[in-house]
Amino acid sequence: MIEIKVAPIRNGTVIDHITAGQALNVLKILGVNEYNIDSTISVLIRVPSKKEGTGGWKDVVKVEDRELDPKTVDKIALIAPNATIVIIRDYSVAEKKKVDLSQTISGLVKCSNPNCITNMHEPVEPEFDVVSKEPPTLRCKYCDRKLYNISDNLI
Amino acid sequence: MSFYDKDVVSIRDLDRKQIDEIMKVSEKMVPYAMGEKRTKVLEGRILGNLFFEPSTRTRLSFESAAHRLGIDVIDVSEMSMTSISKGETLADTIRMVDAYCDVIVLRHPHEGAARLAAKFSENPVINAGDGAGSHPTQTLLDLFTIKRAKKKIGGLNIVLVGDLKYGRTVHSLIDALAVFGANLTFVAPETLQMPEDNVDHIKRKGADPYLTDKLENVISKADVLYVTRIQKERFPDPSEYNRVAGKYRIDNEMLREAKKDLVVLHPLPRVDEISPEVDNTPHAKYFEQAFNGIPVRMALLYMILGGEGL
Repeated sequence: MIEIKVAPIRNGTVIDHITAGQALNVLKILGVNEYNIDSTISVLIRVPSKKEGTGGWKDVVKVEDRELDPKTVDKIALIAPNATIVIIRDYSVAEKKKVDLSQTISGLVKCSNPNCITNMHEPVEPEFDVVSKEPPTLRCKYCDRKLYNISDNLI
Repeated sequence: MSFYDKDVVSIRDLDRKQIDEIMKVSEKMVPYAMGEKRTKVLEGRILGNLFFEPSTRTRLSFESAAHRLGIDVIDVSEMSMTSISKGETLADTIRMVDAYCDVIVLRHPHEGAARLAAKFSENPVINAGDGAGSHPTQTLLDLFTIKRAKKKIGGLNIVLVGDLKYGRTVHSLIDALAVFGANLTFVAPETLQMPEDNVDHIKRKGADPYLTDKLENVISKADVLYVTRIQKERFPDPSEYNRVAGKYRIDNEMLREAKKDLVVLHPLPRVDEISPEVDNTPHAKYFEQAFNGIPVRMALLYMILGGEGL
């Protein structure tokens, strides 16, 4: 069996302990598309994890030459509540923090209820109460409905 | 406890103590609502009645409640004539109306509209129904009707029957009934049964509802039977509608096994869920329920606008 290793990065961000299967949604949050890739991005899907509560698997995304803004980190918390953000500078860990889902979130996802007033071009940002962090469950502060498919409704 | 300047958007915003307070003030309003006593206690105040959706009962009862307290009412009778039809946002409409009145009553086709209105309005907003969402004043008048008829709510066996999936009145109502500790039974065909989310919500409050599709098995133990309309358009096959609607039709035969003091309620309008023969029985409380919309809405306006002396 050949073990494939992704080489350490010099500068950038490692998003570790992503809930298995969510790596592609993390790429979506990072806004990765054919027009804006200007550095190497490594994606590992379903790699073994020793961390408890993961079911033994995780995804990892490594982005070279980019540090994430707080809004992007908050969005990642919505789909991967146990993720760790590791900032690498000159091959060393400069910063390491767990993502943290706050009690309320606004402007990150839209309501999945098509009849919700926040989907009607009103001058408000969608706002949600976080009902549960694991798995992330949100309730719209306006229409009071549970939000289904968080990753499909990311703004 | 002060209700002064408070928005009433969802029944979930009110705790039991606050609901009890509203019930108490509503009782005081009954003779005024019936025209036996007269008052102009809130003279000079203005209510903005904003109905973006057709409504007879709710709109008229807010208007009547306001007049009974001496409040003037301004409204928009033809929404298609207004700037809303020109694409104005609800937020802008609310800011404009807010400047013209002391309290806004809003009925709107989109869920969350009242919450948004409350955000943009300086003056208090009362939700008179937002899409399939909340209708808190209907819930309050339902509670008031039960309380008046039964002298209590906690411990009663309350059976809700009909369209429990789409009917917005029942969703708000079960939240409040759970807070009061009523024993709840939901009777509906599987396709129209209470949504899981709503059932989970009241379970977290300590309720333990029983779900069934057979009314005949539970009617004999009921203290209150809350009937809602099953809408034809929910069924692609008309014969299926007829079968389901017939199964839950309340008539004297269905009520044969019921307790003598069973109270039958319906938010109205009814189509044929309750046979007219029931109207003449002591069970029928749905017209009284419709009347109770007046004292309850009077109580809310009185408390929100800081009325004193009644």
